[in-house]
Amino acid sequence: MPEENNNAAREITYREAVREAMQLAMRSDESVFLMGEDVGVYGGAFGVSRGMVEEFGEERVVDTPLSEAGFTGLGVGAALVGMRPIIEVQFSDFITHCMDQLVNQAAKLRYMFGGEASVPLVVRTPGGAGTGAAAQHSQSLEAWFIHVPGLKVIMPSTPYDAKGMLLAALKDPNPVIVYEHKLLYNQKGNVPEGEYTVPLGEAHVSREGEDVTIASAGYVHGYALEAAEALAESGIECEVVDLRSLSPMDDARVAESIEKTGRLVVVEEDVKTAGWGAELVSRIVEGESFYALDRAPARVAGADVPIPYNKNLEAHIRPSPEKVVAAVKSLVNEKVGVYS
Amino acid sequence: MRDYTQPLEALETMLRIRAFDEKVDELFAAGKMHGTGHFYVGQEAVAVGIISALQEGDVITGTHRGHGHALAFGLDVKKMAAELLGKASGYCHGKGGSMHIADVGAGMLGANGIVAGSMGIVCGAAWAFKRRKEDRVAVCFFGDGAVQEGIFSEALNMAAVWQLPVVFVCENNQYAMSLSVNRGFANARISEKADGYGMPGVTVDGMELVEVQEVAREAVDRARSGGGPALLEANTYRYLGHSKSDANLYRTRDEIKQWRENDPIGRFVVHLEKTGDLESGGLKAVEEKIYTEVEEAFEWAMNEPEPAPESALEDVYA
Ligand SMILES: Cc1ncc(C[n+]2csc(CCOP(=O)(O)OP(=O)(O)O)c2C)c(N)n1
Repeated sequence: MPEENNNAAREITYREAVREAMQLAMRSDESVFLMGEDVGVYGGAFGVSRGMVEEFGEERVVDTPLSEAGFTGLGVGAALVGMRPIIEVQFSDFITHCMDQLVNQAAKLRYMFGGEASVPLVVRTPGGAGTGAAAQHSQSLEAWFIHVPGLKVIMPSTPYDAKGMLLAALKDPNPVIVYEHKLLYNQKGNVPEGEYTVPLGEAHVSREGEDVTIASAGYVHGYALEAAEALAESGIECEVVDLRSLSPMDDARVAESIEKTGRLVVVEEDVKTAGWGAELVSRIVEGESFYALDRAPARVAGADVPIPYNKNLEAHIRPSPEKVVAAVKSLVNEKVGVYS
Repeated sequence: MRDYTQPLEALETMLRIRAFDEKVDELFAAGKMHGTGHFYVGQEAVAVGIISALQEGDVITGTHRGHGHALAFGLDVKKMAAELLGKASGYCHGKGGSMHIADVGAGMLGANGIVAGSMGIVCGAAWAFKRRKEDRVAVCFFGDGAVQEGIFSEALNMAAVWQLPVVFVCENNQYAMSLSVNRGFANARISEKADGYGMPGVTVDGMELVEVQEVAREAVDRARSGGGPALLEANTYRYLGHSKSDANLYRTRDEIKQWRENDPIGRFVVHLEKTGDLESGGLKAVEEKIYTEVEEAFEWAMNEPEPAPESALEDVYA
């Protein structure tokens, strides 16, 4: 498998990386198709599928009526009879319309049927705030789905992972929800040409450090890296772990890092209450790595409010590199207990 | 899949469905079965009539009231009985139960506990058939209550826009639990809705097997030859309560009695006697054979082993 940084790969955007994964999969596998609102000539609301209908035709890049439940169900049915559907839900907020099909159908059929079927469905959806689009076009609902056994949930933060994980999702026999972030689409990174996969369920250490572990995923992984950079100037070395996959969740990799650092800060964009960070922290403190912790873990998350429209208000309630820096500093500067 | 070229096969299957659900009702009453069950007794002509128009390779989805659909499609009585009893040898190895019986490989894409939950799924199967240029048809069974759900509209619109080989079969048994169609619809003529989506809609007497077969054949053949979807409304009636726990307080004895007098099995027997396919008085022998078959299936299933507790943790992911 090509490594992220040691090749002379081209730089392309996250958007292009996702598109390239879809194109490669569709070229090599007739059963793969893309379906969603405006994915055809329009190219998708965020331009991810631009140009694809020209190559693959309307039969495989399918503009749907405004029927999120209907076409998600269609994806489930097509998957059941041997197709490899990619369903694009235009904004992740609209995934609420798909809940029955994802929670009661896609995730459950295999189990209810006693393992006698599987649903290889991929659902791609742009989530996240920071665009000033207010409460119904800015949410991060990924944690809802990690609560549902039978689904896999991934949230790639780099173009490299976006391509490799989508290709892996398209080979996976289970339903996979891919949470993309609107603000990532224009970000550039090294991406090899051709097919490669990044395994689902494996975290990635994107920066090594001794003092604090920062675990994050998705767009705010960039905030973690920015914060780590800033903290390094004041002599604090952060290890940044990009989970990439929320279900399955590679808490073992985070635990390993904590063995080294003794401190954990989770950075997540979804609201704090019952967010995926709560799950990660629980796993850490109920496991052996509890004893490796010098401090209680900290969470930098979205506030428990809908996303406000006003840009300043929005920034106020979202994570930021500054909030990550503050959280790390408070953990590092806290008085150490008398016995340690 | 069951082959209905012999008319007696249709009679046997209707009886099998009835015997099966009567047995299930009895087992619930005796406390020998847990969970819940929704009985198909009275509606037999719909499943058998529609499925007799299908051929190998076609697929169906059932509903929470799915025993009839599964049996009409040709699923095995013993494996169904075992599933209802939660046994390892059941269709879903004890993980699905009454509302989730499936044989995806054979084309029975599952009964569904969510009202209207399979209406998108059936479009997906049909979409795949069309795209792969396969000569196959998908049939979706659902009740009148399902017509009130949002995905009904989404599914019919998609199927019509893309001319998918789907036949939507509404089993209008007059009630969604306690809600009568007259209380649930301002316009209770369900087949008329087809017009709004741009597909043919037909109402048929769901107590008359031969008529259901004719209407089904036309719709299935049209779908198979690229003519697109259709909405069939079969007027029928469930003799028993909505589920095992229904006290039936919302309908009268008289009403139930009237429908029972219009019994689909009775009417088909008269038809068979006329065509000479069944001798007068010949019903008794067929009944005996089928009721024995069902009795033996449940007896066998009762003695089958329980699934291993650890198997509860398997089959979440492929
Ligand atoms: C989405 C959903 N809502 C409600 C229910 C509870 N429920 C189960 S069956 C039923 C009535 C369904 O009526 P209909 O679709 O006419 O089918 P029938 O039971 O008459 O065969 C209801 C309300 C459910 N299972 N799923």
